[in-house]
Amino acid sequence: MPTRADTMPSTLYDKLWDAHLVRPESTDTPAVLYVDLHLIHEVTSPQAFDRLRSDGLAVRRPDLTVATMDHSTPTRRDDAGDFLYVTDQARIQVECLASNCGEHQIRLYELGAPEQGIVHVIGPELGLTQPGMTIVCGDSHTSTHGAFGALAFGIGTSQVAHVLATQCLLQRKSKTMRVRVEGSLQKGVTAKDLVLALIQQIGVGGATEHVIEYVGDAVRRLSMEGRMTVCNMSIEAGARAGLIAPDETTFEYLAGRPHAPSADDWDATVARWRELHSDADAVFDREVSMPAAEIEPMVTYGTNPGMSIPLHGEVPAPNGDAAIERALSYMGLEPGVPLLDHPIDVVFVGSCTNSRISDLRAAASILKTRRVADGVRMVVVPGSAAVKRQAESEGLDRVFREAGAEWRDSGCSMCIAMNGDALEAGQYCVSTSNRNFEGRQGRGGRTFLASPLTAAASAVAGCVADPRELLA
Amino acid sequence: MSFEPFTVVTSPFVALPMQDIDTDRIIPARYLTVTDRSGLAEGLFADWRVDEQGNQRADFPLNHDDARGAQVLVAGENFGCGSSREHAPWALVDNGFRAVISTSIADIFRANALKNRLLAIDVAAESLGQLLEAGFGTVTIDLVERRVDLPGGTSVTFEIDPFARRCLLEGTDELGFLRSKEDAIAAFERRLEPRP
Repeated sequence: MPTRADTMPSTLYDKLWDAHLVRPESTDTPAVLYVDLHLIHEVTSPQAFDRLRSDGLAVRRPDLTVATMDHSTPTRRDDAGDFLYVTDQARIQVECLASNCGEHQIRLYELGAPEQGIVHVIGPELGLTQPGMTIVCGDSHTSTHGAFGALAFGIGTSQVAHVLATQCLLQRKSKTMRVRVEGSLQKGVTAKDLVLALIQQIGVGGATEHVIEYVGDAVRRLSMEGRMTVCNMSIEAGARAGLIAPDETTFEYLAGRPHAPSADDWDATVARWRELHSDADAVFDREVSMPAAEIEPMVTYGTNPGMSIPLHGEVPAPNGDAAIERALSYMGLEPGVPLLDHPIDVVFVGSCTNSRISDLRAAASILKTRRVADGVRMVVVPGSAAVKRQAESEGLDRVFREAGAEWRDSGCSMCIAMNGDALEAGQYCVSTSNRNFEGRQGRGGRTFLASPLTAAASAVAGCVADPRELLA
Repeated sequence: MSFEPFTVVTSPFVALPMQDIDTDRIIPARYLTVTDRSGLAEGLFADWRVDEQGNQRADFPLNHDDARGAQVLVAGENFGCGSSREHAPWALVDNGFRAVISTSIADIFRANALKNRLLAIDVAAESLGQLLEAGFGTVTIDLVERRVDLPGGTSVTFEIDPFARRCLLEGTDELGFLRSKEDAIAAFERRLEPRP
C-alpha cells in the first residue's frame, strides 16, 4: 500500500504522526501512538501509579520516563536550608513521587538536585527534548516542547497511567492550523507579545481540535527560548499542540546538551532532523496570518489569555458581552481606560512560559540601574536550578536583589499558586506566566499577563508601564 | 477494569451560563496536592460556590434547591479549557455529575471526562441557549441513541467518538484495549532500534 509520502504532500504534524503510529485509527478505534518521552511530576502522577498497583502493572519503559518536582514545591528555605512546604499534604505529594520513582526505577530530578526545575524548562535544557519525538506529560503546557519540532501535548492522569503501562496513547488525529508571522517584531516586542496577540486574534477556543504550526520569518528569527514561549501558550488558544520546524537555531541550541545525540551521531541525526518540515504544498485545515510589525507589547485586562490589549490600548467596553462584563467586574476595571499607569501590587517573573535565562536577562536589563517601586513586591523564580546557577554566574541575582526583588529557588510558584507563593485577594500582579484565570494566582488575585520586559518596567514604575521607554 | 455501563440518564440539570469555564474554576489548584482522587467534590467550583468566609453563595446555581440531585451540568462554550488536571472531572463525578453539555468542550477536558464515565456532549447553540435560559429542568441523555431529550419535548442528537461510546456502553476502559495491542507495540519498538 502506498504511504502518504508517496501520494500527497504532508504537514510536519502528518510526518510526526505517521512516524509514531503503532496502529492506525479506524472509524471504530483511535490510533495507537507511541510516546518517545514521558515527563512526569508530582501533581498529576500519584493516581496513575495507584492504577498500576491496583492492576499489577509495571512501568513499561522507565528509560523513556523522566520525573521532576515543580508544582507543589517550595521556592523558599528556612535558615537551616530546609524547604518550606505550604502544607504537609504538599510535602507528602512530593515524597510520593520520590517513592513511586524509586519503586519503578524512574529517573527523578528531585527538589534540590542540580537538574531540578519546571518540567518544560528542564526537558529542553537537558537535551531530552529533541526534534521528531512524541512527548507527553500530565500538564497542558507540554505544548512548549513543540518548539523543537516534536509532537508534544498535555494529557490527563488516566493517560499518564496508559503511557506508564504501555508507552502508548489512544489518539484521534487533530486538524491543522498554520500561523504565519512575517516581517520583523518591533524593538521591545517579544515572543510573549506575539503569542498574546495571536490568542487575542483567534480566541481562547480558536484552535480547539487543532495542532498549530508556526511559520514565517518572524518565527524563524526567534531564539529557541522565544519559540518555547510561543508554543507554550498554544494551549491557551485551545490547541492540542504547537509546532515549529527545527532549523539551525534548534540544532545549535541542542548541540552539547547532556542528553543530546553524541558527537559521533550528531551529523547523521541532524540530517534526519532536517527532514522534519511541512512540504511546500502541504494543505492545512486553517490558515492564520499576523504581520509581525503590527504587534505591540501586549497586556491582558481580563480573566482569560485572549482578553488582551496593546499596552497603549484601552480596556474594551463589554457592549453586551457577558464574559467581558464579568471579567471587568472581577478585575475591578473600567472600560475605555488604558491599563498603562494602572497601579500594581506584585510582579511575578517566572513560569514555564517565561523563566528561562533570556527572560531573566531581559528583566534584569531593565532593573540594572533601577529599583522596584515602593509598595511593590517583585518575585523572580528561575525556571530551573540550572537557570538559577547561570543567572547567578552572570550576576543577575544581584541585580534583582539590589533592585529589591525576591530571588527564589526554581518551580512553578506563583503561576499556579499551589506552593504558598500566591497573591492576596484584590492584589494586582503583572505576571510573565500564562493564565490570568480568576483565582489562578491566588483567590481573588488579579493578573495582568505580559512579557518579562513589561513586567520589569512595571515593577520599576509601580504601575503597568511600557518597557520601550526604558530600553537602551 | 470494568464499570457500570452508561446507557440512559434522566436527571435534573443545572446551568452555568458562563463561557470559557477553565479547569482552575472547576477545581482551584490548592485542592491538587492530594495523592488520591476521593473527596474532590469539596473543591468543585469552590471559589464560586463558597465565599471567603466559607458560606455558601446563594446566587450560585449549584447551591440552588433546584440543582439538588442534578447529574447533568450545562455550561457555556469552551468548557474545561486550561489546565489538564483530571481532578476537574474527578470533582464533577464525585459531586454526582454524569454528563456535561456545552456547544464546545476543550480537548484535554473531554478526553479526561470520557475516561471517567463523565459524558461530554456538544450541542448546537440553539439547544444550549434553551437550556441556559431555563437554568434548571430535566433532561434525558440516551447514549445508545446518541440523543438528548430537552425540556418541552424536543430532542437533539449528538456526535461522540465511537470508541469512547463503546467503552461507556460496555463499562470498559481504554487501558485494557491498549494492553491488548502489546504485540503491535513490541513490534513497533523492534523497528525503532537502534535509535539515538
